[in-house]
Amino acid sequence: MKGNEAMAEAAILAGCDAYFGYPITPQSEVLEYLAREMPKHNRIVMQAESEVASINMVYGAAGAGFRAMTSSSSPGISLMQEGISYIAGAELPCLIVNVNRAGPGLGTIQPGQGDYFQSVKGGGHGDYKMIVLAPASVQEMADFVYLGFDLADKYRNPVLMLSDGAIGQMMEKVQFKPYTRPAVDKSWATTGKPKTRNRNYITSLFIQPERMEQHNLKLEEKFKKIRENEVRFEEINTADAEYLFVAYGLSARICQKAMDIAREKGIKIGLLRPITLYPYPYKRLEELAAQVKMMLSVELNSGQMVEDVRLAVNGKVPVEFYGRMGGMMPTPEEIVHHLETLIQYHHAN
Amino acid sequence: MPTEEHVLPDTALDVIAPACHDEEEYEMVYHKPSTMVNVAMHYCPGCAHSLVHKLIMEVVEEMDIQEKTIGIAPVGCSVFAYEYMDIDMQEAAHGRACAVATGIKKLMPDKYVFTYQGDGDLAAIGIAETLHAINRGENILIVFMNNAVYGMTSGQMAPTTLAGMHTTTSPDGRDVSYYGAPIKVSELMANLPGAFYVTRQAVNSANAVRRTKKALQNAFKYQQLHKGTCLIEIIGNCPSNWKMTPVEASKFIDEEMVKTFPLGDIKVPKGV
Repeated sequence: MKGNEAMAEAAILAGCDAYFGYPITPQSEVLEYLAREMPKHNRIVMQAESEVASINMVYGAAGAGFRAMTSSSSPGISLMQEGISYIAGAELPCLIVNVNRAGPGLGTIQPGQGDYFQSVKGGGHGDYKMIVLAPASVQEMADFVYLGFDLADKYRNPVLMLSDGAIGQMMEKVQFKPYTRPAVDKSWATTGKPKTRNRNYITSLFIQPERMEQHNLKLEEKFKKIRENEVRFEEINTADAEYLFVAYGLSARICQKAMDIAREKGIKIGLLRPITLYPYPYKRLEELAAQVKMMLSVELNSGQMVEDVRLAVNGKVPVEFYGRMGGMMPTPEEIVHHLETLIQYHHAN
Repeated sequence: MPTEEHVLPDTALDVIAPACHDEEEYEMVYHKPSTMVNVAMHYCPGCAHSLVHKLIMEVVEEMDIQEKTIGIAPVGCSVFAYEYMDIDMQEAAHGRACAVATGIKKLMPDKYVFTYQGDGDLAAIGIAETLHAINRGENILIVFMNNAVYGMTSGQMAPTTLAGMHTTTSPDGRDVSYYGAPIKVSELMANLPGAFYVTRQAVNSANAVRRTKKALQNAFKYQQLHKGTCLIEIIGNCPSNWKMTPVEASKFIDEEMVKTFPLGDIKVPKGV
C-alpha cells in the first residue's frame, strides 16, 4: 500500500469523523481514497475550495467535538498556518498531515524536509507548539494516525504528522493494528447549550493583556507536560557508537543504509532518529554527546534540524551537517564519503 | 432575568442591575430575551449590532432552540458576539466563518448553525469561503452586517463602501475607477443555485426592525428544510465611523445607503 493510502485507511480505522482537503501533489491520493471510502462508513469527507477553507472546516468540526483531519503538502500547509495558529490558540484537537515537498515557493513535487522549521518552531503567528510526528515508513504513516489523534485529544492540541513525498508515495507492507479509541472528555465542545450548563465557546481571543498572558501561561504549562512525557525516538547501534547520525523520516532510512556501509568499513557509527520533532529528544542527544566524537545531521534541506542538535549538544562535540535539496536525495555512499571526510578533518584538527 | 452565574467576559463593563419592578403592581410588557447574556455590550451608541444580536436571540428563544443552535462570530466589531449570545459559539478567523460553519453543520446537520459577519469579513477577506458555502447550499444562515466600513479598525473603506463615500482610507471619497463599485453581495449570491432565501433589511426604524425579525424567523424556520443557504444582509448603522449622530446615521441609511443597497427580498423560496 502507498504511504498516503495507509494514512487514509488508518484515519478511517481511528474513527476520524471528518476529513477536509484540497488536491495537491504528492498527497492527492488521500482525498481520493477518503472521497471513495468515507461515505461507506457514514463519515464526512469534503473537497474544500482551498487549504484555507479546509483547515477552518477542521476548526469547526474539532470545536464541535469531532475527530477531524486534513492533509496537504508544503505550499498548502503554508496556506493553513493562520488556521493552525487559531486551532492551537483555541486548543482544538485535530490531525494535520504534511507530505513535505521541496520548496520554497511552488518548488517541486519531489520529497523534501524543508518544512522542519515551519513545523516545529511555529509556522503561524504567536506562541504555540504542535506535537510533530515524523514517520519513516508506510507502517508508521498508519500508526501515527492513531497516535496523532490520541495525543491531540489528550492535550487538546493540534498534532502534525510531517511526512514527505517519498514516504507518501512509496509502497510497503502495512499492518493495521487493532485500535481502541480512548474515552476523552469533550464537554467543552459546541454541541448546543442545554439549560443545565453554561454556554461553551471556542475562541483564541483574550483582549485583556492579563487574561491573554494567563492563557499563554496555560498553554506553556501544557507544552511543558508534552516535553516531559511525549519525547519519542529510535536508536540503532548507539551502544558502541563513536559517531552518530541524527536524521528523521526519509533521511533516517538513507542513513540506516549509510550506517551499514560505514560499519563494514570499521567506522563505529550509530543513528538517532527523532520520531517526535516536537518535543525534540534534546536530553538523549546531550547524553550521547558525552559518548560520541562527532554527530552528523543528515537532512533534505539546507540545515534546519541541525540547529536543534547543536542546541542539545551545546558545543561538547562537533555537530556537522549534510543535506541535499530541491527534491534530490543523497545516496548512502555519498553520505559515507562525507562522513569519512569529516572524521579525517576532525582527526587532523 | 437569568440568575445563572457567568464569568465576566473581557468586554463586560458592569453587570446590569435586575430590573426594578414589582410584579404585583406592573405588568411585564417587554423583557430582554433569556437567551442573551446579562452583561453590558461594548458597542457604540446607535450601533446596529446590539439590536441584531437581540433579534437573533429573540428568535432562538421563541423557537426554543437554544440547545440546538451554534453561532459563529467573525473578526470585526462583532468579534465578541459570543460574549452576549447565550448559546454555544465559535470564534472564527477573519473571513472564515462560513468554512467553520460548514465544518460544524456537516457533522451536526440537525443543529441550527448561523454565522454573523461584517462586510470586511464576508465581502473582502472571506468572499471565497462565503461564495463556496452558498454554492454548496450549506444549510446555514449567514447574517451579513453591512455598514459600508471596517468598524473595528475605525472606519476604513470596505468592499461595500458607497461610491464617493469618505473613509479613512478613501479620504477623497471612494473612487470607483480605482477601487471598483461597492459589491452588492446579496444580488451576487442570490444567483447561486445553493442560495435558498436572500433578503436585504435594515434596523433603523421600528418597522425595519420588525421586518428584519421576520426575515430571521423565516431563515431559522427554513433551516429545518435542508434546502440551501439563507443569507440575510442587514444595512447597519455605524454613527461612530460615519461621523454622524445616531439619528443622522438612521437618516443616511434611508437617504443614501438604500440607493446602492435597496431593501427587500432578493430571492424568496417558492412553495414553502
